[in-house]
Amino acid sequence: MLYGLMAYFDSPEKLLEALKVLKAEGYRRLEALTPNPVEGIEEVLGGDGRIPWIAFFLGVLGVGLGLFLQIYTTLDYPHNAGGKPLLGWPAFIPVTFELTILTITVGIFLFLLYNNGLPLSWHPAVQAREYVRVLLDEYGVFVYATDPRFDLESTKTLLRELGAEVEEVRRD
Amino acid sequence: MAHKEPHPDHDLIQGEWTEKTLVEKLLEPVEKPAPRPWRAVLAVGGALTLAWLYAIFVTFVKGLGAWGINQPVAWGFDIVHFVWWIGIGHAGTLISAILVLMRQNWRDSLNRVTEAMTLFAVLAAATYPLIHMGRPQLFYWVMPYPTHMALWPQYKSPLSWDVLAIMTYLTISTLFLYLGLIPDLALLRERSTGWRRKLYGWLSLGWTGNAVHWQRYRAVYVLLAGLATPVVISVHSVVSMDFAYGLVPGWHLTVFPPFFAAGAIYSGFAMALTLIIPLRRWYRLEGVITERHLDWMAKVTLASGLGVAYIYLLEIFIAWYAGEPAEWAQQIWRMTGPYAPYYWAMMLINVVLLQTLWFPRFRKNLTWLFLFSILANVGMWLERFVIVVISLSKDFLPGNAQLYYPTWVDWTLFLGTIGFFLFGLSLFIRLFPPIAVAEMVHLFHRLRKH
Repeated sequence: MLYGLMAYFDSPEKLLEALKVLKAEGYRRLEALTPNPVEGIEEVLGGDGRIPWIAFFLGVLGVGLGLFLQIYTTLDYPHNAGGKPLLGWPAFIPVTFELTILTITVGIFLFLLYNNGLPLSWHPAVQAREYVRVLLDEYGVFVYATDPRFDLESTKTLLRELGAEVEEVRRD
Repeated sequence: MAHKEPHPDHDLIQGEWTEKTLVEKLLEPVEKPAPRPWRAVLAVGGALTLAWLYAIFVTFVKGLGAWGINQPVAWGFDIVHFVWWIGIGHAGTLISAILVLMRQNWRDSLNRVTEAMTLFAVLAAATYPLIHMGRPQLFYWVMPYPTHMALWPQYKSPLSWDVLAIMTYLTISTLFLYLGLIPDLALLRERSTGWRRKLYGWLSLGWTGNAVHWQRYRAVYVLLAGLATPVVISVHSVVSMDFAYGLVPGWHLTVFPPFFAAGAIYSGFAMALTLIIPLRRWYRLEGVITERHLDWMAKVTLASGLGVAYIYLLEIFIAWYAGEPAEWAQQIWRMTGPYAPYYWAMMLINVVLLQTLWFPRFRKNLTWLFLFSILANVGMWLERFVIVVISLSKDFLPGNAQLYYPTWVDWTLFLGTIGFFLFGLSLFIRLFPPIAVAEMVHLFHRLRKH
């Protein structure tokens, strides 16, 4: 069974160019695989602007949790320490701060995994014989065979014209 | 193509490389047989770790009476070492986080090994308060949980802030280290076989290098760096408040938070130099950890060390200027009392010998730099000793003065954590690349191709 085509490009510029052409040709089910972040990929594949906002709301949640924890426990077990006010809020700053950071850190990490679909046990592109190249120094595009525009010969020719080395990825 | 000026950081990677040869080089510590010194470090570290476990066992069986602590020196070696290790941990986060935010390219070849250093230093540090409790099985009492006694932790106490600060720090630095490792783990997964392939496969979580994933990954990485930066500063500031909230002469100073933070950066960078100089030589990493890297680390050590030295002098000034008799007596006791050699050794290292780093001749001399980095850690150990033990040994009442004599258990616990630190780090660099491969390849690409 054919999973798709893996195309290897030797520079990020060629990758971006190829992605633009493929998008214009109407390909939808494809993935770019790169060894490091590529600048300018957002314009082609779309970026994710939600991360700062999610971090912000996690932060608000963390502040709330931190203050709630301290105010609730102080009221639940009132303890006069050196005549200080019961809810002496300046003393609550460090714990609130730490819990805010902790909430954002853990939350945003889990969000990253969830949004990237990780952990992932199996992926068709990884079945390519020379897949390791896109983790090393090459820039890959994986075109799924399920793409409506996919046609083994014409897609292969198109990718080659864009300057790629093409490999068919099949189940052994 | 028009002529381009070379990138200002072009010399951060020296020698003739391609992406492939660079990756081969960086993965050598993991993929090639280990060099002889690695085995020696692992063996010494392992032996000391066993001794450490034995000393912990003795502590649990005999109780804290096995230690040299007494009244009034109820905080002995354990707190000295707790603060010392936490401080050492800080350079890792500092190099990775603050330098990411400042877009300093020279961090790329240093961040992995220093983050691992942070992890093991913080773990070593965290064991001290745990065993100091005497009943470590009840450590969860510091956590907020609804007990049958309806008791809660006292959140107006810096000791309770400390618990949360350290735990947050441990969590964030572990996540930061792990996040940075994920792309490298995917590369290792594809290059290895057998149990290693399984291990890296699990740990890499199925990372494929998807470009969209990379965008999110980068955004989260920078965000975590931004969050880790204030945590570093806050953790040591909170640790310093454990002291500064007390009334003990020698502790009760508002300057403690910046004092501790500067000391942490100083000792952390010194420890990073202690680790990186041999690592660079044993694994022949001169092309990626260049003299320029070491020079900059020496400069950061100098800058933070000068902050520490300034506050030493300020402490004397404050004690004199405030005219508080107990405070002034404490200063005199430090300088002339039975602990005077410790105090003056600290001054010699952290104030006098530090000044050599002003001169390029000394900074470029790796033997001196290595020697000084060890001395700086001794100096910072002495500083913690001065703060904890000397301050406690003489407070307001003359009749309350008593000296502190550490026992063999105290010493074994200390040497044991050093062993654990070395043991953990040497295993780490055998399993995971000590230099962030994906980041170095990215840097290489930016420096050579753009």
